[in-house]
Amino acid sequence: MITLTHYLMLAGILFAIAVAGIFLNRKNVILLLMCIELMLLAVNFNFVAFSRFLGLLDGQIFVFFILTVAAAEAAIGLAILVVLFRQRQSINVEELDVMKG
Amino acid sequence: MLVTILFYAFSAVLIGAALGVILARNPVHSVLFLVLCFFNAAVLWLLIEAEFLAIVMVLVYVGAVMVLFLFVVMMLDINIEKLREGFTRNAPLGIVIALIVIVELYYVLWVRRLGIEVTGGTAPLPENYSNTAEIGAVLYTEYVYPFQLAAVVLLIAIIAAIALTMRKRPGLKLQDIPHQVSVRARDRVRIVQMPTERDP
Repeated sequence: MITLTHYLMLAGILFAIAVAGIFLNRKNVILLLMCIELMLLAVNFNFVAFSRFLGLLDGQIFVFFILTVAAAEAAIGLAILVVLFRQRQSINVEELDVMKG
Repeated sequence: MLVTILFYAFSAVLIGAALGVILARNPVHSVLFLVLCFFNAAVLWLLIEAEFLAIVMVLVYVGAVMVLFLFVVMMLDINIEKLREGFTRNAPLGIVIALIVIVELYYVLWVRRLGIEVTGGTAPLPENYSNTAEIGAVLYTEYVYPFQLAAVVLLIAIIAAIALTMRKRPGLKLQDIPHQVSVRARDRVRIVQMPTERDP
C-alpha cells in the first residue's frame, strides 16, 4: 500500500538532489534555473500528497498557483539569461560580478 | 499491489532522471532529463488521483516551460567545458549538503511526526468523483481573487520578458509606416516646365 510517507520520502530525495545540483553546477546559470524547477517539483509533490491523503483540496489549488508563478519565473529568468548572454557572451556565474549593464 | 509496483518503478525513473539533470555533461541532455522528470511526476500524481494537476503539469511544464528552456539552451553558444570546471571539486560538498537535507527531512517525518497520520493509505473516493470539477468549484469561489492575481502575474511576466529582450539594432532598415502613408505627390515628384528642344 502506498502511504503518505512514500510520497514525502520521494519528495525529500528529489529536493536533496536539486540542492546537490546547485552545488555541483554552480557556474552554469541554466543548470541553476533547472535545479530550482526540480525543487519546485519536490515541493509540489508534498502539496499534492498531503492534499490527497488528508482529503483537502486546498493543497492542489496551491500547486496550481505555484505552477503559475514558476512559469512566470522561468520566462523572466530565461529572458534575463538571453540579455546577459548578449551582453557578456558568457553565462558563467563567476564572471557576473558587476552591477553595470 | 499493482499501484505499489507502479509507484516504485516510476519513482526509480524519476530519481534517475533527476540525477541525470544534475550530472549530464551537455545542458541539452539536462533539459531532456528534466522533461522525463516531469512526465514521471505527472504519472505519480495520477496514481494518487490528482488528475487535473497531472495533465496541467504535462501541458504547462513539458509543453511550454521546458520547450522554452530547450530553445534558450540551443540558442546560446556556450562553452560547456569551461562551465564544468570545479564540478568534481564541489561534488563532496554537494553530496554532504544533500545528505544533511535528507536526514533533516527524515527526522521531521519519523521522529517529530507533527501529529499527522503518515502511514495510512488514501481514503477511497466516491463514485463519479471528478477531480477537475472539484478544483474548479473551489478555485472560482473561495480562491477567485488569488486566481485573478495569478493572471496578473502571468501578464507581468509576458510584458517583462518582451521588454527585457527587445532591442534596437543599429543599422537595421525599418519601414516608418505613418511617414509612408502621409507622403504626398508633390514631396516626391517635381514637375518642371521647360521648352522643348529641337534635334540639331
